[in-house]
Amino acid sequence: MKFFGSILALMLLSLGLGIMLPWWSVALAGFFVGFALPQKPILAFLAGFTAIFICWLGLAGWMSAQNGHILAKRMAALFLQQEQPMLLLLATAIIGAVMGGVATWSGTLVRRIFLPKS
Amino acid sequence: MRILYALISVLLTVFLAILLGTRLILPIPFGELLSPQQGLWQNAEPLLDVKQESLEIDGLRGKVDVYLDERMVPHVFAHEETDLYRVQGYLHARYRLFQMELITRSASGRLSEWFGEKALDHDRSFRRLGMVYAAERALKEMEADPVTKKVCDSYTAGVNAFLQQMPYSKLPVEFKLLGKQPEKWTNLKSALFLKYMSYDLAGYEQDVEMTNARNFLNRSVFQDLFPAYSKLTRSIVPSDTGYREPFRLPVTPAKLDSLYFAYKPDTSQFVESEKPNPENGSNNWAVDSSRTASGFPILCNDPHLGLHLPSLWFEMQLTTPNLQVYGVSFPGTPGIIIGYNRNVAFGFTNAGRDVRDYYQIEFKDSKKEFYRYNVDWMNTSKRIERFSMNDGSVFVDTVVYTHFGPVMYDEHYGGKRTQSKNSYAVRWKAHDPSNEFMLFYKLNRARNYEDYVEASSFLKTPGQNIVFASVQGDIALRAQGEFPAKWTGQGDFLMPGVDTAFEWQGMIPAEEVPHQHNPLRGYVSSANQHPVDSAYPYYLGNHYPIMRGQYLNRRLDSMKRITISDMMKLQTDAYNPFAGLALPLLDSMIDRTQLSNDEAGKLNWLLAWDARQTAVSREAVLFDLCWRNIYDTIFNDDFANAPLPVAKPGQEYLLEKLLLDSNFRYADQTNTPQLETKQDAVLAGFKKGLIAFKNWEQKNPQNAWAHYQNTSVNHLLKLSPFSYEHLLAGGGKYCLNATQADHGPSWRMVVSLTPDMDAYGVYPGGQSGNPGSYFYDDGMDAWVAGRYHRLWMMQASESKDKRVRKQLTFTSIR
Repeated sequence: MKFFGSILALMLLSLGLGIMLPWWSVALAGFFVGFALPQKPILAFLAGFTAIFICWLGLAGWMSAQNGHILAKRMAALFLQQEQPMLLLLATAIIGAVMGGVATWSGTLVRRIFLPKS
Repeated sequence: MRILYALISVLLTVFLAILLGTRLILPIPFGELLSPQQGLWQNAEPLLDVKQESLEIDGLRGKVDVYLDERMVPHVFAHEETDLYRVQGYLHARYRLFQMELITRSASGRLSEWFGEKALDHDRSFRRLGMVYAAERALKEMEADPVTKKVCDSYTAGVNAFLQQMPYSKLPVEFKLLGKQPEKWTNLKSALFLKYMSYDLAGYEQDVEMTNARNFLNRSVFQDLFPAYSKLTRSIVPSDTGYREPFRLPVTPAKLDSLYFAYKPDTSQFVESEKPNPENGSNNWAVDSSRTASGFPILCNDPHLGLHLPSLWFEMQLTTPNLQVYGVSFPGTPGIIIGYNRNVAFGFTNAGRDVRDYYQIEFKDSKKEFYRYNVDWMNTSKRIERFSMNDGSVFVDTVVYTHFGPVMYDEHYGGKRTQSKNSYAVRWKAHDPSNEFMLFYKLNRARNYEDYVEASSFLKTPGQNIVFASVQGDIALRAQGEFPAKWTGQGDFLMPGVDTAFEWQGMIPAEEVPHQHNPLRGYVSSANQHPVDSAYPYYLGNHYPIMRGQYLNRRLDSMKRITISDMMKLQTDAYNPFAGLALPLLDSMIDRTQLSNDEAGKLNWLLAWDARQTAVSREAVLFDLCWRNIYDTIFNDDFANAPLPVAKPGQEYLLEKLLLDSNFRYADQTNTPQLETKQDAVLAGFKKGLIAFKNWEQKNPQNAWAHYQNTSVNHLLKLSPFSYEHLLAGGGKYCLNATQADHGPSWRMVVSLTPDMDAYGVYPGGQSGNPGSYFYDDGMDAWVAGRYHRLWMMQASESKDKRVRKQLTFTSIR
């Protein structure tokens, strides 16, 4: 339950912070949620990873679809040498997810300093 | 233990944030760039846009409505002039910010701030040419005039209003890729933009290469190979229309032969590194009512410039209660450059005269505070040029200024990074103060011929052939600009700068500008050819293309009851007049008994060609290869021993000689004992061309002219996914459709001056500078295919027209 709760919290928080702050607000959101809702480190990472993966894939995918993938095709050709918008979307989601996952994981690990040993 | 884990995890987080958010480790910060809320996804414009947008900008005096049509051309309706230009600046920035920043950076020699060492040569050469100095002087002139000052101030404020409002997420994607931010706009940047055009259009010279050629060849050979006039030329303004008597002729210096034509300065270490494209040119013409089907004049213009994405041009309509003008504008300057209003249409081709010369300077000593001039020593001034490199270091270059202009080349800078012992100051017409903003301001408002003449008088540099037509039925063309009155040969070579003898002796008076107004023949035209014939009293140099102008006049001579579609066909005509003259020559000169059956077959195949250089023509490839080889066969041996880069005779010169000169002495191969005739040389060149063609055919069995020529429209940063390569386009160097590798008709316009102005236009690109927009390249296919868009001079009452796809409403911040 905590797992899904942190995913939801993270999605909302990262989107909210993203309106005002630069891209690294995903790390901020991850760290905060990991700290506030501590879980097993591996679950914390997975929660952060999943939340940002969904967020970034969803947002970027939605914007790219509305654009008819014009920009994504060009950018994919630039970075990946092939006109595959889906690959660029996947790369986007993974890069955000890794950042989000690691930040959430570290938030939880920091919180654990203050928690009693179980 | 927990503390250690926590510490490691925090460090890892910080590391990732640095890895993905800065350029310290990876060249591109992928986290920042791919973030959907900040990065490049924000530049992915939705195909279905909102219909209405309200915008607030500071300083507007009233409401401004902008209607974007199907091709996203903005039709701006303002109540006041200052509002109009403010919104124009805003729109230029909104759609074309990156190119505005890049071009003005390039013009001011500040690319190394972004790109470091590899841009330093370019930057130094531009600063040493005095680009910023020239722009500052133009700015002073422009700001001294209350009208142009107001226009430019409003425009600049509009650009900056956009910059102020723009969040990082909306920054053009090129800035995000480079990790750079746009600078605040200034009037100086608008002036720099125009100076960049001056560089492009009036910066070409080959004084060094000509000097080298003169030193290498003897005088009679030199004069033979570089004649001042060609028999093939049909000048823009023929002498039978009568040239004005000169007010005062320039005085040819004494001792010219010993000092100038034999004068051998040391150019041994001295090659220019960067030059404007010598093909920069254009076509324009206007036909009067006697030649059109409608009984109204038609005006046409297609400027040939480097082709890039985003395009140099931005199409728009500007409207106030006193003004209604449509056409293409330069993002970076206010107003419309080529276009039409309710009464007149106007366009430009490059005059292409030599207005950039070099003088050798003798300094008193190494401090360079004085230089010899007549019997005196003159004071220099020094301008310290600083280049802030992208690694944080600062490169300092001291440029010495003389009364001629800046010392461009000296022992510290030789263009190609070698040391030259001598110092050369550059005298460039673009350094002289002038206010070209007024030219466009007045042209946009011109109502008749008199207004056009008055507006034209504001053009000093770059010199242009300005074509004009009006609804009243006038047509006109002026070879306009302020040009030095030169004696024959002046400025072809590097000149001595120790006294007044070789200096420019003043400018050709404005009344003596060659011009035509309603000529009997019923048309005016220019295609960068020599503006006048030898009856004109001043020397205008010898670097003019011949073929397009000759063919254009030939065609116009024969055309009657002309329609708009005839004019479009002429603009996109891929007939190669050079080949048209050369093919019969090959036929008559090549001895068939010297050819194998296969070679003779290929010759016949080539001769059956209609000389139309269409995209699918293979004969065009063979012709090009044969001619190149004929040229090389004839001239390579003559220049093989040149110790330095030399200017070579033009292709058109060779054609003229083969056509008209029965005993062409350069046909002889100097490295063989026997005497070759021109027939021998043509045969040998043809055979070499055939071999080259066979090789090409083997590698390209499916391809033809378009692939061989490879017309490309490259992104300004040369990013290939943002560019077009191998466009299926016909045309070429000598064709009216002057489409070449990365150069060609950057805007095609045909305006019929009927009471409601029937106008058409197209350019290779689209209105948006954003590679993430549908409108980035939506004009490309039409341009390649030679199709046109109908241009819409919108009326305020048409706001509900179905062509309006979006409305922007600008109001002032309360």
